[in-house]
Amino acid sequence: MPKLKIDGVEIEVENGLTVLQACEQAGVEIPRFCYHERLSVAGNCRMCLVEVSPGPPKPQASCALPAGEGMEVTTNSPMVEKARTGVMEFLLINHPLDCPICDQGGECDLQDQAMGYGNSGSRYTEDKRAVSEKYMGPLINTIMTRCIHCTRCVRFSTEVGGVTDMGMVNRGENAEITTLEKAVSSELSGNVIDLCPVGALTSKPYSFVARPWELKKTETIDVLDAMGSNIRVDVRGNEVMRVLPRLNEDVNEEWISDKSRFSCDGLRSQRLDKPYVRNAAGKLEPASWDEAFAVISAKLSGAAGERIAAIAGDQCDAESMFALKGLMDALGSPNLDCRQDGAALDPSVRSSYLFNTGIAKAEEADICLIIGANPRWEAPLVNTRLRKGWLDGGMKISVIGPQLDLTYDYDYLGASTATLQEIADGTHPFAAALKAAKRPMLMIGMGALSRDDGAACLAVARKIANDCGLIRDDWNGFNVLHTAAARVGGMDLGFTPGQGGCDVSGILNGASSGAIDVVYLLGADEIKMSSLDKAFVIYQGHHGDAGAHAADVILPGAAYTEKSGVYVNLEGRVQRGRRAAFPPGDAREDWTILRALSAIVGKTLPYDDLPGLRKAMHEACPHFTHIDTVEPTSWEDFGTIGDMSAAPFKSAIENFYMTDPISRASETMAACTREFILNAEGATGTDG
Amino acid sequence: MLQDKDRIFTNLYGLHDPGLDGARKRGDWRDTKELLAKGRDWIIEEMKSSGLRGRGGAGFPSGLKWSFMPKEIGDRPHYLVVNGDESEPGTCKDRDILRHDPHKLVEGCLLAGFSMSAHAAYIYVRGEFFNEAAALQKAVDEAYGAGLIGPDACGSGWAFDVFVHRGAGAYICGEETALLESLEGKKGQPRLKPPFPAMSGLYGCPTTVNNVETIAVAPTILRRGAEWFSSFGRENNHGTKVFCISGHVNNPCNVEEEMSIPLKELIETHAGGVRGGWDNLLAVIPGGSSTPMLPRHICDDVLMDFDSLKAQQTGLGTAGLIVMDKSTDIVKAIARLAYFYKHESCGQCTPCREGTGWMWRILERMVTGDAEIEEIDMLHDVSKQIEGHTICALGDGAAWPVQGLIRHFRKEIEHRILERKGVSRRPVAAE
Repeated sequence: MPKLKIDGVEIEVENGLTVLQACEQAGVEIPRFCYHERLSVAGNCRMCLVEVSPGPPKPQASCALPAGEGMEVTTNSPMVEKARTGVMEFLLINHPLDCPICDQGGECDLQDQAMGYGNSGSRYTEDKRAVSEKYMGPLINTIMTRCIHCTRCVRFSTEVGGVTDMGMVNRGENAEITTLEKAVSSELSGNVIDLCPVGALTSKPYSFVARPWELKKTETIDVLDAMGSNIRVDVRGNEVMRVLPRLNEDVNEEWISDKSRFSCDGLRSQRLDKPYVRNAAGKLEPASWDEAFAVISAKLSGAAGERIAAIAGDQCDAESMFALKGLMDALGSPNLDCRQDGAALDPSVRSSYLFNTGIAKAEEADICLIIGANPRWEAPLVNTRLRKGWLDGGMKISVIGPQLDLTYDYDYLGASTATLQEIADGTHPFAAALKAAKRPMLMIGMGALSRDDGAACLAVARKIANDCGLIRDDWNGFNVLHTAAARVGGMDLGFTPGQGGCDVSGILNGASSGAIDVVYLLGADEIKMSSLDKAFVIYQGHHGDAGAHAADVILPGAAYTEKSGVYVNLEGRVQRGRRAAFPPGDAREDWTILRALSAIVGKTLPYDDLPGLRKAMHEACPHFTHIDTVEPTSWEDFGTIGDMSAAPFKSAIENFYMTDPISRASETMAACTREFILNAEGATGTDG
Repeated sequence: MLQDKDRIFTNLYGLHDPGLDGARKRGDWRDTKELLAKGRDWIIEEMKSSGLRGRGGAGFPSGLKWSFMPKEIGDRPHYLVVNGDESEPGTCKDRDILRHDPHKLVEGCLLAGFSMSAHAAYIYVRGEFFNEAAALQKAVDEAYGAGLIGPDACGSGWAFDVFVHRGAGAYICGEETALLESLEGKKGQPRLKPPFPAMSGLYGCPTTVNNVETIAVAPTILRRGAEWFSSFGRENNHGTKVFCISGHVNNPCNVEEEMSIPLKELIETHAGGVRGGWDNLLAVIPGGSSTPMLPRHICDDVLMDFDSLKAQQTGLGTAGLIVMDKSTDIVKAIARLAYFYKHESCGQCTPCREGTGWMWRILERMVTGDAEIEEIDMLHDVSKQIEGHTICALGDGAAWPVQGLIRHFRKEIEHRILERKGVSRRPVAAE
């Protein structure tokens, strides 16, 4: 615990801190460009220079200097002031002063710090440097003349992203950041836009779209994967302009995946903005809410409960699922399910469907077994935790499932269930490795659980967790890797078949066999719609995707940016999203649609407003009251041992960039698909 | 003047056999085993009391540097790295050592490496030195063949390997931490210090980086004794030194001389004097291109050692003297050096990346007088904004020659500017 003096004020800081961090703790702000808490120290921008005694008679880079006992740090002396203005002048001589046309304008570190340390005029009369633009893919726009060579982007992509696509070529004033005309092949590439302290790397879809001061900023939760990444949605008028990450050390640190960041243009197209009813000719035609409700009411009245079913989609908020469940209960239907992919999750034991280790704690594991998952695509930010553990802590990772580039080295144990069985039986050497580990974890993905033998896979995974010591007093190494944002919330709410009810496959079979007449799809688009041909389908959702095409009545709902709702992420963290914009046209927040419908069909739900709904929800599920916390769970018995098929495990996701109605409607995600998925498969230049 | 019997590099000019037999005749590899037997502390103490200061430019006491290495080998091996990336304009001493006296270096590696508990030495040779690297490799192979290095070096029981590595011709790779990066196969960019190489150097292991000449003189010092070596030169500037004299002299040469020899004597005795006589001298860059120049009036009586040159706001550097007579376009000369630093800056940190190009552009204009008088002060200011603010010393090395020019030849720059503007300069009364 060294004690040092910063600008005359004595402060004691933790061991291992740098002078810059110590200054921050002392409340003294140090300007910086290259330094970033989550990246390695480069020390190259020289903006953070401070005077340190004892030491050489020249300023020191505080970002790289360990805080030492008895140091006297001065951050406001003439020497420091001169050094900083000097560095600022050097940064500006070759920086184009094109702030008025720069997308970074208004949120630019260089601009801000130039206010503090810049001269009022320039002494530089030579020609300025111009640097050719670089192609970095469909997401990152480059204006490389603005680059100040801080190398944050290079360090991020190599250290966090785990790809070696970015680098600095050439030397001296000819040094350039480049990807050699190649798209940055990381699912996290968009974060370099946030990291870039100037306008060299900006968002391509957001180019020249808006100025930061025009935007209304709303803090909410992302639903494009099951991470529950904390995001900020920037809106102008009623249009979502961009999505940025928000700091949450326990969830997404300060990163988000490219899908979470760039899918927002999908919120503008394919939207359902008025109710539709399928007419006698079989065509969907616009209708008023009253007309749509009347059609539904006619179908539901008198229908027996067991002939009605409901399926909740992957992006639903807990409130709407709770309301739909309430309506189904009132109608006497036990047929409801939130597991569109048919994952064999056990609703009765909470720890059986959670990522029990916790996202942040996953990086502390010393050994990890990945079963039937591609975490790089299914949960990119869980993958960065594994990579961090592998890089810093020497985590050993083994994979049973598809053999893919996961940005870290792993032992490949094949893709067959036989290996899994051997580990469970203790005959595989990996079982011993798990037993010997201090903090072992396993991670089973939807690629395993959504198979026909998913229940058996779950049971085997539980057996491994039990037998190999993954469950300890202070450590639970059993993890389910979800891909759907609504899944854990739905499971918590009991949006699963009631007594004698059908699950998703039962509903689909029932609908095609005529045992089920009415199917209510709440944003469910990932099921086999042809099975529903005979049934009367009500689709409530926000995009004209598969569900809407199969529907007989469409009720336009709100997307995640347009409603306040609670989501539970894969580790069981309850988080509250806030409305950033209004739903388009006649579309409404989903719970209000269900509440209105319930009155029409004579089964009025017992609440009139959102607080009322939440109160009822909290009574049913008390842990929903604890926002931003993970409720502890107990380890119970679950799963039934059965036969596993010999088919190899596959990932649940075939295309990272298109997994849900929003990303499928997004032009940016389509461009990414062309660049990363189709190109990667060797498409020729003449394809589309 | 240094007598022949006191010269360390007795084959500096390549007149004799550089091979093992020739080297042995000149005394190399004699009693190396006995020297090793005296132990590491003795070697380090002897080096400390010899007063040897690093010959690469910075002049850090070598014995002290060696003593910074951990005493015992921990979980990481120790390394000796020899800096043979001699690229400083005006300097060519290591080149002659590498090609004509390589065994002194190989033996030095063993002794120095042993004293710091290193089992391996890497000699990083400048990329352009193809023949030199080949000559060195030959010497290494000979030494292996004779059992002088290898699993039982000189029969001492100490295992010692020497590896020759060729660089790719970047000046910055002569900076010790950039050299380590390059040696590890990375881009040659200097590292942040601390940690210093003695704590975390090559592959993160304790490492000492020394200049070729520093290592090559060590065996002779140990054989002839610290007292002998320290009998040359002034206090704190002991020993002999290879000086490289180039430029407008009648006989450009490398010569080993006593430290603290007067600059004038050095040039007159060994380099045949300044072209056109001493009075035709304009200025001398005393220690390789990075050191600020000295105008003639200082050259008259300055001594060639670390402290006396420092007192003149310059430095001994690599002791590469660049002599310029009155035919020299002094502004053009420094502009050319500025171009060199601009070209060789690695581009990692801001002041050097942006500042070296700026200085060069201003200087190019000043060559023709296409500048303003105020820009002279601005140029000085820019050089001061670079100096001391960079990760490595290249920024300092780029700034110093410019500062030297302004310090001693401001009038020349002003003259050109005014001349171009068509303003005749009125003589000013003596101030």
